[in-house]
Amino acid sequence: MSHPSALRIFLKTIVARSYPRFVAANRNRTWLITETLLPLIGTIAMIYVYRALHAPSRYLGFVVLGGVLLAFWQNVIWAMATQFFWDRSGGNLELFVMSPTSLSAILLGMALGGAYVSLTRSVAVLLIASILFGVSYSVAGLLPAIGIFVLTISALYCLGMLLASLFLFYQREVWHLADAMQEPIYFLSGFYFPVRTLGAFVGGIGSLVPLTLGLDAIRQLVLPGTPAFISLGWEVLAIVVQVAVYAFLSQVSLRFLERRARQDARLILRST
Amino acid sequence: MDIAVETRALRRVYRSRSQEVVALDGIDLRVARGQRYGVLGPNGAGKTTLIKILVTLLLPSSGEAFVDGLDVIHQFRELRHRIAMVSGGENVGFGMLKVKEQLWMFSQFYGMPSKPAKRRIEELLERLGLSEAADRHVSALSSGMRQKMNLIRGLITNPRILFLDEPTVALDVGAARDVRDEVRRWMAEDQTRTVILTTHYMMEADELCDRVAIINRGRVVAEGTPAELKQQVQQNAIVDLQLSPGSRLLDALRGVDGVAAASVSEQDGIDRFSLQLSSDAALGGVMRVVEASGREIRGVQKREPTLEDAFVKLVGRGMAEEEQA
Repeated sequence: MSHPSALRIFLKTIVARSYPRFVAANRNRTWLITETLLPLIGTIAMIYVYRALHAPSRYLGFVVLGGVLLAFWQNVIWAMATQFFWDRSGGNLELFVMSPTSLSAILLGMALGGAYVSLTRSVAVLLIASILFGVSYSVAGLLPAIGIFVLTISALYCLGMLLASLFLFYQREVWHLADAMQEPIYFLSGFYFPVRTLGAFVGGIGSLVPLTLGLDAIRQLVLPGTPAFISLGWEVLAIVVQVAVYAFLSQVSLRFLERRARQDARLILRST
Repeated sequence: MDIAVETRALRRVYRSRSQEVVALDGIDLRVARGQRYGVLGPNGAGKTTLIKILVTLLLPSSGEAFVDGLDVIHQFRELRHRIAMVSGGENVGFGMLKVKEQLWMFSQFYGMPSKPAKRRIEELLERLGLSEAADRHVSALSSGMRQKMNLIRGLITNPRILFLDEPTVALDVGAARDVRDEVRRWMAEDQTRTVILTTHYMMEADELCDRVAIINRGRVVAEGTPAELKQQVQQNAIVDLQLSPGSRLLDALRGVDGVAAASVSEQDGIDRFSLQLSSDAALGGVMRVVEASGREIRGVQKREPTLEDAFVKLVGRGMAEEEQA
């Protein structure tokens, strides 16, 4: 019996699973406010703190760039890592698993759609905050910064794919887990300050999240004078390694999940 | 005989730290291709576990199962191209998508080319009377419309074997009839298609299925055509007795000479007893027990046997009682 190739199914799944996220971003106008304007408030609050302290203007840039990448971390935690849990509750997960597609394709679709939603939000944060507070960036570093940004986001969503299956193994209310990962990462990744401030040990731990090194590298490129955590070249290399490692680990974890799920009904079947 | 589904000594045990539950306890089934095959039993009988194993979502603890000739344990990747499942009370998908978008999305997980998928979706929406809802958001659908949409999801990819797990649960009469009609129509289009349907609605199994397996506590207690199963109680007179509420009466009725089996269900504040009498003469003894109980008789009716009666005879009590046990 002939059927579509695995590659065709894989690609079609990515497009199809990203579709609800594109639609959600465009169809639900209230999300524009909650997803874009509300997070901007946090960024602006930090800018006022630095202003009150008469910090150098590049510190305002640290905060704005932190706010840009913050959107992606929140998306990875809330809309990727926890998503399989919600999908299981609604019954989607068992339909994904019993179709000929792969969970990797489903997660890549989520990532593609999620990155699009977050990009909209982060561009809004970047433009509005930069214009409002007169933050300027080095034009020379812009193109390489975009390259590092793409690399960082790739590593981040690979980490998100890994977390999606790990969160499902956790079995309990995953939003507590997501909550628990939110604030510490804000701190460890140096969203609002250069990560070098934390020292080599804490900064090193924070660097397990691709955002830490990506953010530091982007700041070095577009905000000259940023105290570097490690040199740009090593940061890029480390992020490339993270892409490979997290992609590999997510595949291992998903395969393990699929195997275990057929033995342990609770992992993927909706409770009736 | 061309076999679509076969299980041999299929067993599934759920284990947790504190207990072990045997959901399936040696199920042997053979379903011929082209059949509408019903798996009938009370809640907790093991029907859903059986379906989940057959659709490759669960592994059996022991035994074997083959669907479309493929081993569900080892050949599950190939098998997933050939099957689909629709469950009752499904809330799958994404509420902000339009109906046609959601259906398209699921078709892509099977690698269907978009244009034929969209054509097929339009055709099925029309057949199930959902054309006008095609552009409606999924979140705005009634439960009946949602279940029709779920059925379409199962049909888009033209599965060789369609698994329906309690497909009409909680639906109103009209929506349930539409779902059953579509299953019949879909089967009639291609004689090689097979449907495996689990239900605890006896009427549904009777009306829709070519053959039925009655399962209880993880075991097949009877198998045959609905007519064959009903024939098991054909020699008995079936009498429905409607009584006002009162003290427990079932055991006393079961003890009456000539009462082969009895079950009770409560509906609209009235206790409805279903009695299988070995002869009409047993009715006298029944009436004496009722009179002694002080209960008021609201109705007495003799009727043809149903699958529910066959279940009562086989298991010793009604489905509702079995679910509470």
